[in-house]
Amino acid sequence: MSDISLDMNKSSRDFQHGDGNTKGEFVTFYDVKTKYGTFMSWLFTTDHKRIGLMYLFTMTGFLLLGLTFAFLMRFEMLTPGETIIDAQTYNSYFTLHGIIMVFLFIIPGIPAVFGNFIMPIQIGAEDVSFPRLNLMSYHLYVLGGLMALGSVVFGGIPVDTGWTFYVPYSLRTGADVVVPLLAAFILGFSSILTGLNFVVTMHRLRVKGMGMFDMPLFSWGLYATAWIQVIATPVIGITIVLVILERVFKFGVFDPNLGGDPVLMQHLFWIYSHPAVYIMILPAFGVMSDVIATFSKRQIYGYKAMAISMMAIVFVGYMVWAHHMFTSGMSDFARAIFSFFTFLVGVPTGVKIFNWVATLWRGSIRITVPMFFALASIFLFSIGGLTGLVLGALATDVHLHDTYFVVGHFHYVILGGILTMFFAAFHYWFPKMFGRMYNQKVSMGGAIMYFIGVNVLYFPMFIMGYNGMPRRYYDYLPEFQIYHQISTVGSWILIAGILIMFINLFYSMFKGREERNPNPWGALTLEWDQAPSPPPLLNFTEEPVFTHGPYDYPDYKPEENKEEAK
Amino acid sequence: MSNHGNTHAEEHHHEEHHGYGFFTAIWIGLIALTALTVAIAGIDMGVYTVPLALLIAGIKAMLVINYFMHIKFDTPLVKWFVIACGVIFAIVVIFLGFDVFIGRAL
Amino acid sequence: MGAVAETHEHDHHGHHDHAGHGYGDNSKLYVHIFRDDLGSKAGMWLFLFTEILLFGGLFFLYFGYRVADPHAFHDAALELNVMLGAVNTIILLTSSLTMVLAIVAIQRNSVKLSLFYLVVTIGCALAFLVNKYFEWSYKIHHGIYPGSEELAMRAKGEITFFGLYYLMTGLHTFHVIVGAIILTVCMVFIMKKHINQDKYIILENSGLYWHLVDLIWIFLFPLFYLLH
Repeated sequence: MSDISLDMNKSSRDFQHGDGNTKGEFVTFYDVKTKYGTFMSWLFTTDHKRIGLMYLFTMTGFLLLGLTFAFLMRFEMLTPGETIIDAQTYNSYFTLHGIIMVFLFIIPGIPAVFGNFIMPIQIGAEDVSFPRLNLMSYHLYVLGGLMALGSVVFGGIPVDTGWTFYVPYSLRTGADVVVPLLAAFILGFSSILTGLNFVVTMHRLRVKGMGMFDMPLFSWGLYATAWIQVIATPVIGITIVLVILERVFKFGVFDPNLGGDPVLMQHLFWIYSHPAVYIMILPAFGVMSDVIATFSKRQIYGYKAMAISMMAIVFVGYMVWAHHMFTSGMSDFARAIFSFFTFLVGVPTGVKIFNWVATLWRGSIRITVPMFFALASIFLFSIGGLTGLVLGALATDVHLHDTYFVVGHFHYVILGGILTMFFAAFHYWFPKMFGRMYNQKVSMGGAIMYFIGVNVLYFPMFIMGYNGMPRRYYDYLPEFQIYHQISTVGSWILIAGILIMFINLFYSMFKGREERNPNPWGALTLEWDQAPSPPPLLNFTEEPVFTHGPYDYPDYKPEENKEEAK
Repeated sequence: MSNHGNTHAEEHHHEEHHGYGFFTAIWIGLIALTALTVAIAGIDMGVYTVPLALLIAGIKAMLVINYFMHIKFDTPLVKWFVIACGVIFAIVVIFLGFDVFIGRAL
Repeated sequence: MGAVAETHEHDHHGHHDHAGHGYGDNSKLYVHIFRDDLGSKAGMWLFLFTEILLFGGLFFLYFGYRVADPHAFHDAALELNVMLGAVNTIILLTSSLTMVLAIVAIQRNSVKLSLFYLVVTIGCALAFLVNKYFEWSYKIHHGIYPGSEELAMRAKGEITFFGLYYLMTGLHTFHVIVGAIILTVCMVFIMKKHINQDKYIILENSGLYWHLVDLIWIFLFPLFYLLH
């Protein structure tokens, strides 16, 4: 029951249209005039759509920066020994690559861009519950990003601890650790505020008639993610503060010389960082459901199971963190427990994959660019997930921990799961966000290159990892060179595919063919069904009405297909 | 969930509000529990010392959360929020205990 | 929180040319008033959870280290002043009471009484800070502080104990200061009628914050001062 209250006789949300027609003519959110000039009207907006777009532009910049470090690292690894950079520089590169990709791209990722833009429209709201906090989230994001970059440019030796900044090395190294850690702390706050906003928004601002189990699964994915953002992020916050304070004031909580226990630091670190990977993937799972339902023209198989499995992943996800620590010196008892629960958390994930495939079965499938990404993601993420089980099994992990096998695993889940679905989301909601369409052939070409690139780049890592190639190593034995070279070539293909897509998309934002149809894909969720493209400031021209479920397609009848096939 | 206001809930809420005496009574309970926990701290109970101290602290916490912070009388939404947070916190403590407590100390 | 209306009214006031833009000539455009006290409260609770987990990380560390060397923790704890800790506990519990009473007062439109209770609450916070000052300076005077030589000579568990002591009580004290500032702002809002009998969610949310500060101390007290 809504508890919104104000003046006695007035309900909230009175939409008072001015005189004159509102049908067919409206001001898009881009063209809203304010008392500010254009730049300030964006920088100080509280419109969730503008905030989402600002995140998109900033985040793309950071992604490209992270890709640059990746490109240089892979180039370095073409030969053993020094190729283009020295060892210290290499250490800084993989650290910065990790920090930028994790904290400045993947974690804000889909929620900050598409969650912000699309979710409120999907639930029939005008904005999020706390628009000014939303803006603050973005400002903190920019601040954190600038600090991280600033530390590289101005701060002496760039941080070289790995993005995981384990003690005691992070206490001892001469590199600048404090500023990047402070940046990460600020970015954590940004993440927390987004999560807080989304939880309250989805509880309080759903359109009348839409219950929690009537929301699209994209919104459910964001909901599950938001809970992790709120509950898990503070733990990395305190860990960061403690490492900084330990480094400066020598409190004695982490430094072994003063009685500290480095394994306890690892516990604190991973209590956040494991749930963090669910922050990364759950929104992607949400996108997957929406895209697959739309382009199969089918009801999602097992909607409730899909929603509940996301919450199950959140819950069980808090019980597995120490599978990152199997070789750290933890007790055997703990290692067995964490391994068991790691297998357990695979179950709800498996449910989702099975249900997506079941949704495809006998659907009316259209291979658009978003659908291509979704299908590719099932394949790529499954490879990542299965290799994750290999690592989750205690006995095999002892052999594979800190090898390239791990690097291959997490890049398959991150690129294969998240970045793929980021591109899916971008290509799916593009017409809604910009009122234009991109060149689908160009993007499809880029997507195919992307798919090939991911496999060529990361598959050899499993093999060389299995054969003993350690991760974060600058130098290596000659027997591994062939794998490194294949990987590096893969990185070129991958980066080329990504660049082709970004250029296509960013060009089409401004110069793409205008897309007059507000629902080119024929989807049934509110943002397609009842909001114009691009939407006006308050998302709808008429108050949205909840009339059907998010995936209530009249299911495609296979009998008709058989008739045509004859 | 309706977007339209339900002002009646707000009025109803007004009627239910507790008064000065009620909260003062809770406060007295809290002070008493504090005195208790200080008193028994002097008694050596070996391995039960910490659990008992935490139990009393937990009761005090329940009083503050339920009455001062009003959770007991709030809508299910925030009640479930608090429960969710508490459950996850407890899980983390237990799982951490698998390593630091059961695994090493026992 | 949730003052969407003001922002949107701003956005529309700049409209020069209404004709053909769909909202008509009427200067009253998309007027909507949005207030959601329950959403505000829910959001505040979520923020409190972040604080609980922030301190929680420190409690996790306490747990780990205490189990590792209970004797060192016990010995180190003997140096803490139980009376001072107990007095501080009572001060904070009382401040929680006066915080709630300030809300009761505003619900009954007793504005002056509400302000009085807030003054007492803030006074309690200041008393807590004074006690803390004396407690810490006594210790520092005796050479017990992070990085000191005196401390370095002790058992590792004791060093960690005092490290955690300063960290946890320090972080807590920081939150007491922030709370006192927030409550002062509330007093200003009450005087400006921004918080009143019909709209006091800001006071409630500030109260929630203050109770959390009290809650954390409820656990810090036995864990640090009553270990024997």
